[in-house]
Amino acid sequence: MPLLSLRGVSRDFDVSRPWLDRALEHEPRRFLRAVDGVDLDVNPGETLALVGESGSGKSTLARLIVGLYAPTSGAVSFSGRRMQMIFQDPYASLNPRWRVRDIIAEPMRVLQTKKEVSDLLRQVGLAPEDAERYPHEFSGGQRQRVSIARALAGEPDLLVCDEPTSALDVSVQAQILNLMIDLQRRLGLTYVFISHNLAVVSQVADRVGVMYLGRIVEVASAKALFSHPRHPYTRMLLDAVPDLELSGRPRTPVAGEVPNPLDPPPGCPFNPRCPHANERCRTEKPAFIDGVACHAVAEGRI
Amino acid sequence: MTLEVKGLKVEFPSRRGTLTALDDVSFSIQRGEVLGVVGESGAGKSLTGLAIIGLLEPPGRIAAGEIWLEGRRIDNLPPEEMRRVRGRRIGVVFQDPLTSLNPLFTIGQQLEETILTHLPLGRAAARDRALSLLSEVGIPAPEARYDSYPHQFSGGMRQRVVIALAIAAEPVLLIADEPTTALDVSIQAQIIELLKRLARERGTAVMLITHDMGVIAETSQRVAVMYAGRVVEIGPVHEVIRAPLHPYTAGLMGSIPKIGIEKKRLVQIDGAMPRLNAIPPGCAFNPRCPKRFDRCLAERPDPLAVGARAAACWLHAAP
Amino acid sequence: MVAATLTLLCIAGALFAPWIAPQNPFDPASLNLNEAFHRPGSPGYPLGSDDQGRDLFSTILYGARISLGVGLASVLFALLLGVSLGLVSGYAGGRIDAFIMRVADVQLSFPAILIALLVDGVARVSLPGVVQGSIAIPVLILSIGVSGWVQYARTVRGLTLVEREKEYVQAARVIGRRPLAIMVAHVLPNVLGPVLVIATIHIATAIITEATLSFLGVGVPPTEPSLGTLIRVGNDFLFSGEWWIALFPGCALVILVLSINLLGDWLRDALNPKLR
Repeated sequence: MPLLSLRGVSRDFDVSRPWLDRALEHEPRRFLRAVDGVDLDVNPGETLALVGESGSGKSTLARLIVGLYAPTSGAVSFSGRRMQMIFQDPYASLNPRWRVRDIIAEPMRVLQTKKEVSDLLRQVGLAPEDAERYPHEFSGGQRQRVSIARALAGEPDLLVCDEPTSALDVSVQAQILNLMIDLQRRLGLTYVFISHNLAVVSQVADRVGVMYLGRIVEVASAKALFSHPRHPYTRMLLDAVPDLELSGRPRTPVAGEVPNPLDPPPGCPFNPRCPHANERCRTEKPAFIDGVACHAVAEGRI
Repeated sequence: MTLEVKGLKVEFPSRRGTLTALDDVSFSIQRGEVLGVVGESGAGKSLTGLAIIGLLEPPGRIAAGEIWLEGRRIDNLPPEEMRRVRGRRIGVVFQDPLTSLNPLFTIGQQLEETILTHLPLGRAAARDRALSLLSEVGIPAPEARYDSYPHQFSGGMRQRVVIALAIAAEPVLLIADEPTTALDVSIQAQIIELLKRLARERGTAVMLITHDMGVIAETSQRVAVMYAGRVVEIGPVHEVIRAPLHPYTAGLMGSIPKIGIEKKRLVQIDGAMPRLNAIPPGCAFNPRCPKRFDRCLAERPDPLAVGARAAACWLHAAP
Repeated sequence: MVAATLTLLCIAGALFAPWIAPQNPFDPASLNLNEAFHRPGSPGYPLGSDDQGRDLFSTILYGARISLGVGLASVLFALLLGVSLGLVSGYAGGRIDAFIMRVADVQLSFPAILIALLVDGVARVSLPGVVQGSIAIPVLILSIGVSGWVQYARTVRGLTLVEREKEYVQAARVIGRRPLAIMVAHVLPNVLGPVLVIATIHIATAIITEATLSFLGVGVPPTEPSLGTLIRVGNDFLFSGEWWIALFPGCALVILVLSINLLGDWLRDALNPKLR
């Protein structure tokens, strides 16, 4: 049984202008569909990564999972005890006026969990003395460790991580990723890991979901996705990753940019940039079949 | 040689003593070459760029060293003359394309203005040139977008406009400071292609500052690795990536996640780069170095000379 | 440095009036009508005496104490009202926010002094005469406070809108803390800095408002004169030659307000980490 499951989850944001302006100019209300009909299962003990570019809705989806946003339609069901979240910006995710001790102790007080602040600090690679310090006395990587300690204080079985390393330097990123892998092994945690960086994802994920304009276009095991990407968008993303191996592989130049989510193209959202798009792709939204939402794949064209 | 930097030292005098932000930095860039400058935040890579274009924030100042552009020394020019060099001979692209453009003018106006300031052209000729620049940096239908304002462009398109502005006066050197960091992966690849093409076709020397080794691997011929205000290793990209000499470079390469590798721990360098006011004696990397020995604690490795394939590390010192 | 000394001297003078002043001007037993209208410099009356025979120096010290007290209390009241409404407005958003901010807009289109007069007037009419004397000062505090909450509410709302989006607030929501707890424990400490600076400067404004109201005769009763009341009393004698009764309290008011403003400037610089 999955630990977390999403069925047809959508979320709209009201981006209309103020009521008076609308009334004066006879404008309708406008909605931005940030997440569009997402179905997703997360199994206990695995790391499910969600990748996508800006505007793909991955951060909104993370917030829908932990309940910071309510879904406009669809349902999120969670069969575990508790989830916690780790945020992207280590400079904004800790209250600057609180001591580290109070930051880490807050979930214990609210959720009545029994943990020791000094144990938690040691678990994330900090010293127990650090409890008396304020966030500004730490580097970005250390703050992210404090964030992780706070999340662990709530005794979660699911951790939703929204770009936890994208604000960090490479060597610090490696430290944090390693810490997360170690913690998962030791505590049997389940991760939903949001990132725009495919290389980071391939390092931590068991399964990967690729998002484009609010929809999941492909889900597969990390191994399968990185060796045999199926959706044209996944292929394009993989192709765009700078090549450190210096293999000199030819790169197909990627055309175009992500369309404005306020005005998504009809049919498949990827059709304006897709080399395989045909008439059907331009008019009909592809259904999510067998791990991928693409007419060309379904028809066996690619 | 388009650019030569020799023994550059930048200091920030403060109440609590003088901070040395750059120490004995030397490198050179040839015509048509892309030199990648890589390092973590605070390593001094952006500062090196600012020192070259003469835009150090006071009280920062060049305390020692020389900067030569096409055989002319430019680090001691009077501000007025330096300003002319900056627009005409050196183009600059910063990380955030939105703040590099004036939101109140159309991109056409901004391009024309730059061209007219630096080149002896009339209005009509400047407009023609602006249009050809826009198509050169890959903006589709430049005629139609000429009178658009920056906010009507997407991030990737804006960065193209910024690059068009930077090369408007046909500079011999282009300094690009994290030009792809604010962009999505797919757009990033497009901008990398553009920079490579500019170097190849126009013979512009490009100094590409970034924290992303992947971008450098795709773009540059040579790479300089910076750590705590010093160049610790320099050489052809292939050699530095495949066989890094300096333990810091080796650690950095190991900590970069790579696609296709099974889920596993990365090589990691423990600790963090020292702050400028707490750089340890000897080699700046010694507290984090897995291979340090006595000499590293006491003596600073010799700074790298211009043009060498070398690492500032006692492991690789000439006997 | 000079400013700091002057400020301290002023505030100390006002606070410790009962111990410094040669005479207690509120004690009817010590008053002697024969001693009225002493010129400044007369023995025992360094700044002269007023029409009741009260020593002007003592009266000013006591008056400054009341002015300062009323100023402080009304700012505290405005602060409490404004900060809570601003927090709720910024954090809750939507209709609550729109309502509070429209009320604020409406109030801003009237001069503060008019609001204070209105509140004061309503309170006077609706309360029986007997009670009026004893509650004159609380009513005054209330009316000045109500006239001044808007700028706190607006500042706090703006800052709250920024803080609310920060990830530490979202983290607290994920933990499951209630909105009120988040507002008080997380947001409030992070928006208070700028508000305190406004508050110090507002004390000066509040003292002037109090003086104006008292001068108009709707403020502090003459039995417990504040600086404004003293100026009003003095005004009656201004053209009959007893100029000192109005002039000295006026000077005291200027110095008091000036020194509080200086204090506010200093506090602003001290709280600004960029200038440290």
